[in-house]
Amino acid sequence: MARPLTLFEKIWVPHEVHRDEDGQSLLYVDRHFIHDGSRTAYKQLADRGLGVRRPDLTFASPDHYVPTTSRDFADVDGEDRKDMVSSLTRNTAASGVTEYGLTDDRHGIVHVMGPEQGLSLPGMLILCGDSHTSTHGAVGALAFGIGASEVAHVLATQALWQRKPKTMRVMIEGELAEGVSGKDVVLALVAQIGVNGATGHVIEYAGSTMEALSVEGRLTICNMSIEAGARAGMVAPDEATFAYLKDRPHAPKGEEWDAAVARWRGLATDPGAIFDREVFLDAAAIEPMVTWGNRPSEAVPVTAAVPDVASVEDPAQRRVLQAALDYMGLKAGMRLTDVPVDYVFIGSCTNGRIEDFRAAASVLLGRHVAPGVKAIAVPGSGLVRLQAEAEGLDRIFIEAGFEWRYSGCSMCLAVNGDTVPAGKRSASTSNRNFVGRQGPEARTHLVSPATAAATAIAGRFADHRTLGG
Amino acid sequence: MAKFETLVAIAAPMEQRDINTDAVIPGRFLRRKREEGFGDCLFRDLRFHEDGSENDAFVLNQPAFRDAKVIVANENFGCGSSRESAVFALHDYGIRCVIAPSFGDIFHNNCFKNGLLPIVLPEAEVAELRAQAGTMQGAPFAIDLAAQTVTGVDGVIRRFEVDPFRKRLLLQGMDEIDFTLGFEDKIAAFEAAR
Repeated sequence: MARPLTLFEKIWVPHEVHRDEDGQSLLYVDRHFIHDGSRTAYKQLADRGLGVRRPDLTFASPDHYVPTTSRDFADVDGEDRKDMVSSLTRNTAASGVTEYGLTDDRHGIVHVMGPEQGLSLPGMLILCGDSHTSTHGAVGALAFGIGASEVAHVLATQALWQRKPKTMRVMIEGELAEGVSGKDVVLALVAQIGVNGATGHVIEYAGSTMEALSVEGRLTICNMSIEAGARAGMVAPDEATFAYLKDRPHAPKGEEWDAAVARWRGLATDPGAIFDREVFLDAAAIEPMVTWGNRPSEAVPVTAAVPDVASVEDPAQRRVLQAALDYMGLKAGMRLTDVPVDYVFIGSCTNGRIEDFRAAASVLLGRHVAPGVKAIAVPGSGLVRLQAEAEGLDRIFIEAGFEWRYSGCSMCLAVNGDTVPAGKRSASTSNRNFVGRQGPEARTHLVSPATAAATAIAGRFADHRTLGG
Repeated sequence: MAKFETLVAIAAPMEQRDINTDAVIPGRFLRRKREEGFGDCLFRDLRFHEDGSENDAFVLNQPAFRDAKVIVANENFGCGSSRESAVFALHDYGIRCVIAPSFGDIFHNNCFKNGLLPIVLPEAEVAELRAQAGTMQGAPFAIDLAAQTVTGVDGVIRRFEVDPFRKRLLLQGMDEIDFTLGFEDKIAAFEAAR
């Protein structure tokens, strides 16, 4: 009998164009997403006199540097940002690559746009010059982030040299408590295994919790795989995946769809397949989470207190944690529900999908943002925005005192001009709470959309399940 | 691509673990063009105060480490964002080698594309090298990629593992795109068979 294979191996092996004597594989790339950070890669191609080998497999959207207050190119902040955005339009047009530009409804953060358009499909190898490319693994693909030189390499050759990573299965079992989301699950996981916990590994998320979770919840979890250091995150495609992808613009149609689904059903990890590592997570124990430090692993339940770092034995580690508390303006023992916030950001490739806005809106309905809190809602794509508006969610956000914005990466990495001022505290549905991430000396706490909404209402971190008023 | 063969240079210790690429180069500098250089942005918010003056406490600002070309770091150096500008900044500043117990995967890959050698050694050995770099300031480390050795200030030769494929390309200064274009027939055959 054939050796049982993992989902990862079932995708990796058929994508090997060549295996070098030294054990590196030249992998064929099914889908390549590019964004407005691809100027350097295109320059590398131009310097060599090379073109894009497979423009038909490459899709673009300018997400990092675009304004979220309008769809007017003139509002792109400053000449250097304008050059990033216009370079993408110019380069994609010249190379025959499809771009969903600023005024296209399909515009979006590439990690929202890809699955939404059915461009990210089970069994694919998907790359993008962005570390959160791991997102696309939620549909049963192998997807990971690459650097600018690798983007140039993929544009020129449609292939990439990689050494086979190790595999890790994260088994998540049990029923999530009411109001606990994929974001809380992944924050709990990173807290458990650490920001270095999966380095060099591809994670497969499995177990009853993952099976019960929506595809959008899975996208959120796979998105933050990189925050545990993982090369990629993936989930075996199942009926939920097929239902999510069916009739998407770039998904196969008719008989081709039926054939594809039949093929995709075979991708799931075989019983008895061996992973290099296994990690277990008890879903029932997970609560709405908030980060308090400068690493995504520094997360606790929203009802908890800021941990006491004085008890940490390793002096170097203690210094780092104390520095994080100082940067964040927190003291050990403070209850997070007593910590006031200045900014609330709902959006990003982690939490910029329709379910995220529904979850937040259900908390906001009939309530208003606390005085002094600036709250913005930034849909992950033009189509998410339109869907939310069709459901009347925009009215709920606006009546609650949120700004209802246009799609883009926005305040997640704050390179488009949407920044948090120095010393200000933000509750953010994004993925990184690094020093300076949302602006120099900005204090970022990572939360789920429902927690962000409750926090906006309370003016301090709040448990959306017990929010008064 | 720039070659890497041997290096004899001062090493600067950085004890903090999980130094992410946002710390190596903050997001606000990413819209620079490659040809403009990124050296002045390296560790920007650690190296400089808000008013632009140097932070004397930061290791690379200390007189003994001004000419460092090696950083001896800690676990998970270069984690986080895929921004290759983090490697551009290290390279343009003059850093040619980073030694650490582990690296962020994407950062690790990006180093090789820019003639910068990331060396992985066991945690205890890196801790020893960090201590040497810190206490015997100004004495150089020697790195030999062909032999896969790091020689610290103590003269002890430590062997490291490196991906043989990456080693070959780095020793030759081989452009990876040119190298892969040599596989055009295989890529075309793979496409035709799908």
